[in-house]
Amino acid sequence: MKATERSTIATAFQEISKRAVAHVRELKQNKPYILVGAATCGRAAGALDVLKTFREEIKKRNLDCPVIEVGCMGHCYAEPIVIIGKPGYPPVCYGYVNPVIAERLVNEFILGENPCPEFVIGALEANDILPSFQDFPRAKYEQKIILKNCGHIDPTDIEQYIAAGGYTGLAKAIDMPPEAIINEIKKSGLRGRGGAGFPAGRKWQYGRDAKGTTKYIICNADEGDPGAFVDRAILESDPHSVIEGLIIAGYAVGARYGYIYVRAEYPLAVERVGIALKQSKKLKLSGSNILGSNFNFDIRIFQGSGAFVCGEATAMANSIEGKAGTPRPRPPRMTTSGLFGKPTVVNNVKTLAYVPQIIKNGASWFIKTGTKDSPGTAVFALAGKIVNTGMVEVPMGTTLRQIIFDVGSGIPNKKLFKAVQIGGPSGGCLPEASLDLPVDFDSLQNAGAIMGSGGMVICDEDDCMVEIARYFLEFTQRESCGKCTFCRLGTRQMLEILTDFTQGKGKLEDIDNLEKLAEEVKAGSLCGLGQTAPNPILTTLRYFRNEYEEHIKLGKCPALMCQHLIAYYILPDKCERSCDACIGSCTVEAITPNKKRIKVIDQEKCVKCGTCLKACPPQYNAIVKLSPPSEVPK
Amino acid sequence: MKMVNLTIDGKKIKARPGEKLLWAALDNGIYIPNLCAIKDKPEPNAACRLCWVEIEGNKEPVTACTIEVADGMVVNIRGQNALALARAGFELLMASHALDCAHCSANGVCELQKIAKTLKCSLKPRRLRLLLRDLSVDDSNPLFTLDPNKCVLCGRCVWECRKSKEKAVLGFAHRGFDRVLTTFGDEPIEERCMNCSTCVEVCPTGALAFKEGKKSADIA
Ligand SMILES: Cc1cc2nc3c(=O)[nH]c(=O)nc-3n(C[C@H](O)[C@H](O)[C@H](O)COP(=O)(O)O)c2cc1C
Ligand code: SF4
Ligand code: SF4
Ligand code: FES
Repeated sequence: MKATERSTIATAFQEISKRAVAHVRELKQNKPYILVGAATCGRAAGALDVLKTFREEIKKRNLDCPVIEVGCMGHCYAEPIVIIGKPGYPPVCYGYVNPVIAERLVNEFILGENPCPEFVIGALEANDILPSFQDFPRAKYEQKIILKNCGHIDPTDIEQYIAAGGYTGLAKAIDMPPEAIINEIKKSGLRGRGGAGFPAGRKWQYGRDAKGTTKYIICNADEGDPGAFVDRAILESDPHSVIEGLIIAGYAVGARYGYIYVRAEYPLAVERVGIALKQSKKLKLSGSNILGSNFNFDIRIFQGSGAFVCGEATAMANSIEGKAGTPRPRPPRMTTSGLFGKPTVVNNVKTLAYVPQIIKNGASWFIKTGTKDSPGTAVFALAGKIVNTGMVEVPMGTTLRQIIFDVGSGIPNKKLFKAVQIGGPSGGCLPEASLDLPVDFDSLQNAGAIMGSGGMVICDEDDCMVEIARYFLEFTQRESCGKCTFCRLGTRQMLEILTDFTQGKGKLEDIDNLEKLAEEVKAGSLCGLGQTAPNPILTTLRYFRNEYEEHIKLGKCPALMCQHLIAYYILPDKCERSCDACIGSCTVEAITPNKKRIKVIDQEKCVKCGTCLKACPPQYNAIVKLSPPSEVPK
Repeated sequence: MKMVNLTIDGKKIKARPGEKLLWAALDNGIYIPNLCAIKDKPEPNAACRLCWVEIEGNKEPVTACTIEVADGMVVNIRGQNALALARAGFELLMASHALDCAHCSANGVCELQKIAKTLKCSLKPRRLRLLLRDLSVDDSNPLFTLDPNKCVLCGRCVWECRKSKEKAVLGFAHRGFDRVLTTFGDEPIEERCMNCSTCVEVCPTGALAFKEGKKSADIA
């Protein structure tokens, strides 16, 4: 690029940036403002009602206080979440907000001087008035790179993104030779966040070196794993970070077109990405002659039908081409022959979201965080038996124990930790003994799990490992495209065996059969879906084999989860004669009082729905589950 | 054209550069079990997962239909790991195949029988359980029947049928275990079939079979 063009790019961006900063100053400076987290997670908890209340209250009182809809901050356990900024106070974050609380916050904090500490989760900055996030144990571990803007800026306002430093990376990138960008990404050691951890720089290099003039970049936002939602949250909360990364990738690889492949079940993400694309085009940050340079890059959104296998890169290419979404054999690599047979780079949402900041701050900044072979941060979606469900971003190398117990605040209801399932249906279950494992791509792989989509489901003593394996396998066998023998038929064979185990019909030799089949399906399947589907089985067999054996040998489910292997029983010495709570709760009339008015369950009639256990008042706590069912005294 | 030299099971052969290993072997009289490979289809299906071979220098077995020949390549088609995978795949197929050789018109020419012989394994699954689907047989066509319970989903018939646009009667529907060879909207084959019966000729099993007394020469 010529020096003259270079200076025009910088000047053009300076103009845009100046305007954006002025816009945000006008919006927020010297006055109060309210941010309402209204991504899908917030909306499910009622964020739109809260938003409406704030708007009405502010309007009624004629206040100069913008109410801004933002994305997800990651504290999903406390949704709806609101941040209020007011001159003289640090910005304060409130949780579990409802319309009543919203009205009070306007009356007492916006109009008055009472920040309502009873609803505060934490102030965003350390201060002497209110507790701040810095005082939380999780603050010691959390470090936000790609979640930095999420929940803090309006995802439909490009100027808020720019004022927060956005598009600086792009402006810098198109002042650099493409090779230099690829080198920077290589130096940063950035690895793909879509599952396998393939080095992004190397993939870009393959794409750049591939023969041909038409090349594509695809942003993979299929996110089909049950329980995963980080990519959705980023697209809903900070779509420009992904778009900027995609454009930089396009420039580096020499691509003219980009696709964002989002599942159609993510309507809010589709809408926000659509708005963001229009805005970037209007400011000449995408489209033709980006920032006055001769670089052109157009981005299209492709809405997928939501098949899990379409997240696999070659199936995704088929799907965009209008063919059946089944995988193609490799080689050839996607970077040699991908979408429409052209060289194609596929990167995950998170991978692309890191790119602008790496270019802006330099590779040497990025590698300060994380481990040598897995630099940067890891983003997890915490779910299951954990106090703080939601998204967390921590440096790679943080241990599972720190993530689960310090960041996630541990297991609720004083239960014991049993296992953590990482990486969804392609991942694995790790036991207590793995808790001090520093989390990165390679350590997880060695333990039998994978980083995957970043889903982290925490299991406690009430979760049965055989049932967990069966649950994930049921998902993969249903989502198998059916093209290849091992996955189509092998996952079904394994599911049959696992189902037998959970129903007490297993035979001991079935364990060996299952293990052998699992190894075969892993080795024999055509694509990653089949190749990783056995992981939940292999890890539970590796770490919890005794649970399998108990199911088979004793007909016992130690976690008391597998319905066929348990019975409900009323402890006679705990049952209160005058109480009838369980009798009415039972839908099949299996409970009757005996002569002493102690309630007894007719095991023949019982359908094991568990309603009675919940109906029995906590002061009596007379109903228990027993396994095997023969434990019930005659 | 400069030919590529390679060795398969000790036999030295020549192949065109870019040729897939499976075809190089077959063309030289070396049989590697296969069902889904189609010579004139540019992209291999790689679906049946039976054509496993071991290549010197590679840790894991690979599918011969997806690997291009290379100069100096040394291939072992009887390696233990390759055979184990091929047998495992074959047993999976047979566990969901309505086995009835005695009454099947393909008896004697069926490729499943040939593969069992090559792999030295039984047609009846020993380790796996039978998972049959009991799908209905389509005998609407005057020349042939389609019994999806015998189909191994190789895709050969679909490829033949879709070569010309006006045909395109056969195709796959559904996902996973439910994947099935059928017609658009599951209508009887006869609705749109042009009776070319090439599908029957390419079918490696008895899934597509001429009716008693009919053969391809009977085309109207
Ligand atoms: C069955 C299956 C599903 C996948 N789903 C996704 C997905 O939802 N999102 C994703 O980014 N990658 C997914 N992948 C991985 C992609 O094939 C591909 O490796 C990835 O998008 C590359 O991006 P990265 O290098 O940035 O990680 C999936 C792979 C398989 C086998
Ligand atoms: S592994 Fe499963 S999903 Fe992948 S091609 Fe085979 S059948 Fe389809
Ligand atoms: S009917 Fe025959 S040719 Fe067609 S897919 Fe089935 S086995 Fe293959
Ligand atoms: S012939 Fe190679 S996978 Fe079917």
